[in-house]
Amino acid sequence: MQRSHSFKTPKRPLQSRDTNQTDLSAWRKKGRTDPEKSVQDQSPNDQKNDNEQDSLKQAFCYFEEVQDRVSLKNSILQKHLTTVESIALQRGLPPEGFNVLLNVALSGKFADTVNTRLLKSLVPASVIPEDSVVSSVSWLCVSKCSGNVQLLFLKWLITVFDFIDHKEQLHALYGFFFSFLQDEKMCPFVCHLLYLLTRKENVKPFRVRRLLDLQAKMGTQSYLQALLSLYKLFCPELVTITLPGKMKAYFRNPEGPWKAAINTVRQRNQENSQVSRPLFLGTSQPQSRKRKWNTQISIPASSTNKNNLEEDREKKRVDLYSTNESFPVEQLQNFSQLLQNIHRLEFPSQMGSVLTNPLLLHYMNCFKDESVDLRLYYWMDQTLQQECTWCVADNSQYEEEFKNFLETVYKTECFLQEGFSSCEEFLYKSLPLWDGFCCRSQILRFVSWIPLRSCSEIKSHLYDPLAQLFLTSSLYFKCSVLESLKELLQNWLNCHVTHLDSESDSEVNSSNTTLSGLVNVVAELIHFVGWISTVALRLESNHTFLLHFILDFYETVCDMYLRYNLPLLIMPPPGVFYAVLLGMDSVNLNQLCYIMYRYRTNLVTAKENELSKKKILQFKFSNQTYQEYNRYITAMVGCLWTSSAFQKDIHPQGISMDDELLKKTAVPDFKTSFNIVCHPAMMSYAFFYLQQAWPDNTTVDFSLIKGKEWNRYLEYLYLQGLKGLKVFIESSVNRISQASHSKSGNV
Amino acid sequence: EDADSQRTAFLLRKQWSLYSVTPLYRFSEAHLRDYSRLLSAFIAAEKKKGLAVEIGGELDIKVAVTSLPDLKGSDRDQAAILVQLSSRSSASPKNSEEKLVWSGWFCCVAGDELSENLPEAFTCLPLFLVNGAESYTAIVGTWFQKTFDCCFRRLSLSPFNLSWMAAMWTGCKVEKPASATELVFSVPRLPHPLHISYAINLEDAQALWDTVQKTPGEITQEEVDVFMDCLYSHFYRHFKIHLSATKLVKVSTAVASAHCDGIIKFRQSQYLTGVLMLLTELAICQIQ
Repeated sequence: MQRSHSFKTPKRPLQSRDTNQTDLSAWRKKGRTDPEKSVQDQSPNDQKNDNEQDSLKQAFCYFEEVQDRVSLKNSILQKHLTTVESIALQRGLPPEGFNVLLNVALSGKFADTVNTRLLKSLVPASVIPEDSVVSSVSWLCVSKCSGNVQLLFLKWLITVFDFIDHKEQLHALYGFFFSFLQDEKMCPFVCHLLYLLTRKENVKPFRVRRLLDLQAKMGTQSYLQALLSLYKLFCPELVTITLPGKMKAYFRNPEGPWKAAINTVRQRNQENSQVSRPLFLGTSQPQSRKRKWNTQISIPASSTNKNNLEEDREKKRVDLYSTNESFPVEQLQNFSQLLQNIHRLEFPSQMGSVLTNPLLLHYMNCFKDESVDLRLYYWMDQTLQQECTWCVADNSQYEEEFKNFLETVYKTECFLQEGFSSCEEFLYKSLPLWDGFCCRSQILRFVSWIPLRSCSEIKSHLYDPLAQLFLTSSLYFKCSVLESLKELLQNWLNCHVTHLDSESDSEVNSSNTTLSGLVNVVAELIHFVGWISTVALRLESNHTFLLHFILDFYETVCDMYLRYNLPLLIMPPPGVFYAVLLGMDSVNLNQLCYIMYRYRTNLVTAKENELSKKKILQFKFSNQTYQEYNRYITAMVGCLWTSSAFQKDIHPQGISMDDELLKKTAVPDFKTSFNIVCHPAMMSYAFFYLQQAWPDNTTVDFSLIKGKEWNRYLEYLYLQGLKGLKVFIESSVNRISQASHSKSGNV
Repeated sequence: EDADSQRTAFLLRKQWSLYSVTPLYRFSEAHLRDYSRLLSAFIAAEKKKGLAVEIGGELDIKVAVTSLPDLKGSDRDQAAILVQLSSRSSASPKNSEEKLVWSGWFCCVAGDELSENLPEAFTCLPLFLVNGAESYTAIVGTWFQKTFDCCFRRLSLSPFNLSWMAAMWTGCKVEKPASATELVFSVPRLPHPLHISYAINLEDAQALWDTVQKTPGEITQEEVDVFMDCLYSHFYRHFKIHLSATKLVKVSTAVASAHCDGIIKFRQSQYLTGVLMLLTELAICQIQ
């Protein structure tokens, strides 16, 4: 129950609690990673996934080891076959499965029905390893399988051609494929495959002759003409016959069961993880819906900037934009490639594509360039505005898509540890129109990445519209707003710390913020949170949950001087302070104790620095801050220790009251109603302590806890995990009221 | 000036759909011919869907990317760029009878506000106007987006902007006997769309405007409001309908006509750059 994490693990300023943040190994793009593992945030389904994984693995093992022809009716075979089929259609098969299944299907071990079913379930989840295709071609050459299976395999190969991870070895098999042309049934599909494979160097006179022979034999067939026209395109001097210029369709669509399944799988994977989506899938997004060409959120695929004109190069020999050795971004697959080629890498033709390419984000991080930022800015700015589901009338049906986009952008911000100004502007434009519901968590997360600027109009743009929503929305909305404002504060402070670090070694201070400007902006945020917290506590009648989030915010505030080196400390407003101090909840009270302890440590250090005058201090805390702290600490000690809550409290908004007035309330022992024993938040501890100490006592007598018993009770509280109370009492009570210690023991 | 107006005469009396375009990255006026070649290959590839296409070969659609140097506000503006697609009649390919099927142009008239602060690699042509089939707009737009990393967005005209146009264009002197000023309003929240057309005699409109405008050559928001209010109250006197409660959807004057969906038609070449200046400003507003 107790919040102990803040004591066990001292938070470092730059330590990120967010799993989205820079983690090299997680971002490495591996062509062959198991797609199941790259699916994030799936904890509820983990169990199910594991089971499916296991049964799929078993099925692969079975098919790998199966030796003899097995009867179709064999139940084990049927079981594994169904497993493979159902998983393939739902989520696609992992790369390692293709080799096994292709080997079985093409080796003729099973009956054709089994082979067909196996081939039909070859739906890739991510990529298909080239090796598996090469070995299946060798099976094809020994023709162990029937003609129908061969045909089906070719159709499959054509359909999934773009999913094969490399194609170099496949190109080397060009001659083998070409030889299959003689099979009349296979010819149309082989032509299609050759059409996909052909490069200029494949066009040879003997091949042209062979094709012309075939044409003479079979008549003008569209597929032969297609291949011939491609040959003619590459080597016009070799193909002299005239070909019809217009042709409706060269190839029939290799009708197969895979296309629909591939689309389903792709969509599913995309939903699960936008960022970890393999790159090549980005080239063609599912375009099921009809929308205007320019109004669709599609993060472009990274492709090399093709805006280098060949003529230009010939003329000038020097191309400003691309040297001959530039490394194409399409080939960038892993981090080591990035390191090796970083000097000759070029940004993709559309900057938006970096969002889905973590390697390019790394590159962007170390390659600061104005035009790079501008291109990304314009693209993101326009996409956000155009696709915003509540600012543009007809967009509401695409909320899911917009949500995913916002999520991707947010993850990029976390990765770069930097907010985009386009997102900031988008927030400012869209917040006044926002209902506080649509894409809520995404929008609130955007808030946490608003960049830190010294002269900002953040009040009118952010605080005012946010306050309106905050005060009129549910408790949970209030808590989420507080959470994101806490993160905003932390991001700002982190940003400040990193600038302090880099200031010494970089001559240009990239953020044009002065320290005083920064202090003002941070102070403004803290005052804003103080204000909305006070109002919210009254609206929600001091809800414990809300208090928890408010205190979380102040846990960062109380440590700004020591942890973030910012000469600013602001005490929580009385509305927050007294709500916790006099509240019923021990967890929050404990946290308040911890926070007050941290305030004390910060203030004491500041005072020491001020007195020793080691360096000329540009800023020092005003006496008001110390006074505020002292008033609070007096009230707290009175309330928890000296049982003098009503007498000692000197805060104008505190609970100081006349004895006469208190007597009129007719509450017996009002004096002792606030100390660590009788405080409403602590009473349950006292009760259990009494039960433990005097098991036979049936009446509850709190006055038994005094003197030595008081100290033992304290130890008991510490053992219960009230660490905040411990550090508070050890630091503040013994010093301030050493004398009153014995006195209070006598109560 | 006559030669100028002739060169831009083909832009008149056509309906143009408006788009805003973010600055083009690495666009160079020196390469217009190459762009024509690449774009025509791209169009052919898009139409053939995945089959190989030869760059520079004889294709069904011919693309011409040219510059329109007359269309700019000042020397700091980039010259307008015209893209024209024409098809060869398939019946007689040798006769090279070409038919214009689609045209679009990028322009920037007095766009200093945007171009001033841009790095050199960017070209500022924030306004894009299109006449032709949407399918071609999609292909050409996609090519530009891919090649110059820019974004297209429809530029719609708000009632506020339309009332400015109504006032500004009424004030323009036109020589020939010109058509009346017409304003079209749509009544919101009705089961069936209801449009109210309000035509004002040109002389009457101009006379009204002359009484409203204080300093010639300068227009203020207040004057625009007064002008529209006068028209509204006149209408109310006759028909008892408050036009201020409806939405202004179209403004049609002797100078140009504009529809709220972002469609414009130029009528007078002498005011072409003037209208474009306003549209450029609106486009810049949308991308900044």
